[in-house]
Amino acid sequence: MNKIQAIVRKEWAQVYRNRLVLLSIVFMPLLFTAIPLIILYTTRDMGSGTAGATEVPPQFAQICSADMVGAECFQYYMVSAFMLMFMMTPLIIPVNIAAFSIVGEKTTRSLEPLLATPITTVELLAAKNLAATIPAVLATWLGFGLFLVGALLITTSNRLVSALLNPMWLVAVLVVGPLLAILSVNFSMMVSSRVNDPRVAEQLSALVILPLLALFFGQISGFIVVNQRVVLLMAAVLLLLDSGLIWLAVRLFERETILTRWR
Amino acid sequence: MIQTENLTKRFGDVLAVDDLSLTVDEGEVFGFLGPNGAGKTTTVRMLTCLIGPTSGSAVVNGHVVGRENTAIRRTVGILTETPGMYDSLSAEYNLELYARLYEVGDPKAAVEKYLRMLGLWERRAEDVGTFSKGMRQKLAIARALLHEPRILFLDEPTSALDPESALLIRDFVSGLRKQGRTIVLCTHNLDEADRLCDRIGVFKSRLLVVDTPARLRSQLFGRKVVFHLRGAAKPFVDSVRALPFSQEVRAVDNKLVLTLDDPEAHNPDLVRALVGVGADIQFVGELRRSLEDVYLQLVRSS
Ligand SMILES: Nc1ncnc2c1ncn2[C@@H]1O[C@H](COP(=O)(O)OP(=O)(O)OP(=O)(O)O)[C@@H](O)[C@H]1O
Ligand SMILES: [Mg+2]
Repeated sequence: MNKIQAIVRKEWAQVYRNRLVLLSIVFMPLLFTAIPLIILYTTRDMGSGTAGATEVPPQFAQICSADMVGAECFQYYMVSAFMLMFMMTPLIIPVNIAAFSIVGEKTTRSLEPLLATPITTVELLAAKNLAATIPAVLATWLGFGLFLVGALLITTSNRLVSALLNPMWLVAVLVVGPLLAILSVNFSMMVSSRVNDPRVAEQLSALVILPLLALFFGQISGFIVVNQRVVLLMAAVLLLLDSGLIWLAVRLFERETILTRWR
Repeated sequence: MIQTENLTKRFGDVLAVDDLSLTVDEGEVFGFLGPNGAGKTTTVRMLTCLIGPTSGSAVVNGHVVGRENTAIRRTVGILTETPGMYDSLSAEYNLELYARLYEVGDPKAAVEKYLRMLGLWERRAEDVGTFSKGMRQKLAIARALLHEPRILFLDEPTSALDPESALLIRDFVSGLRKQGRTIVLCTHNLDEADRLCDRIGVFKSRLLVVDTPARLRSQLFGRKVVFHLRGAAKPFVDSVRALPFSQEVRAVDNKLVLTLDDPEAHNPDLVRALVGVGADIQFVGELRRSLEDVYLQLVRSS
């Protein structure tokens, strides 16, 4: 436990000293928090117009509750689309940290003395996992918190606020977010224990955001409706995927192979 | 402390270490000498459980390699070929991390002890990235010692260092030897091996020979003694050849060069015999073969 903690701290100390990685960690959630707030802000004057839900396009109506008026429904629709973007935070932050954490050790040749210590593979992977997952989850939660506060300040519509606070989004942020982070971390770890260039590792690992992007465009185009069922389904699928990935990452982390493959 | 039996490592088609059987005793400094690609690093990696042998077995500090790896890792220290420090972190941070990973009881005390011992205490707060090669190497040696390992593997500790830093590290290693630690030292530096090691194994995929540096020299070439005489040496050759212990005798100008098994025992008799037949002896000396000659002969003939 002590060892895991020591490595986690070391990873953070390194990240903290690496401006680029640090920036990407801070910038991403800020951006994804700002976008939906800006949308809310710019559309606030469409306000409590008289248009009924009947006037909104059908894909909007699908996700709005029946008592929302047109403008609210439009706002909610846009914001929920960007909430999906927001879910990229837990996916992307770990990529930056995790891709560095194995390949970085390889390029600085620090992996060999590290593997010579009595640390077990599981401890090492757990430490690398936590080091990347914790900041990602915290940033996600913090970003969501900021967004909620911002939304409360900007909008006057209680219905909109309660729509944003509904269990679906809470599950998305509190459960799906961490699960996404774990997915991303273990995917990056697997990739980066197999390649030798941090940039390649990062690019390959960034592929994990594709399914989420698909969901985003699916919803924008009205092809997919993100509702409670979809979110719960996501959580369930992610839970399975994560377990599988963790198992695979441990199996694939062959100390000897990782050490001897690099030249 | 270390026993290997038919230890073998293959990387695909490359036979890096072939059938190595070797014993290193407690408190011994064992030198691993061999050309580039001889398999020194590979052997050290096998003995420190970083990679597994293809076949054969090894016991380190009473633990079987491959079965009790964590136990072995706890009791051995390794200076890897490249120091591999975290450049963006301070010297102190680097060492403290490792002290924790090695489960050292009082990490801070251990770190301070070795930073001071290696003259890095004043620079403890600086990032390792700003350190010179010599300082990094010292730091890496400190790291290898934090958990007071009984066996220390040093993979080329002085390569790429200037003569002064190299000397400092050599002195440090002799200090460690006096503490009774078992040390395995890989090196290309023959002089270093000669000075530091109790025994040397010359290695090129296979172990070519193992012995003390002095015996290696004499075994391969015999020991040669030179007598400087006043006047030509030639007239005395026959009377020296007649002595039971003399092997090869040559005369060059005023010098008589002969090969002996045991100069310490035979020189007094030789001197007496030469004086007895009327030779005027100016100097007596030993013609020392450098370990380099030994090494080159071994490696080339293999
Ligand atoms: N990871 C690896 N993959 C494939 N071959 C390897 C690997 N590591 C070492 N070898 C091969 O094994 C042989 C021994 O290499 P090793 O590094 O053990 O030699 P060395 O004696 O330490 O050499 P040097 O003095 O250059 O450090 C070489 O032929 C090398 O090419
Ligand atoms: Mg080597």
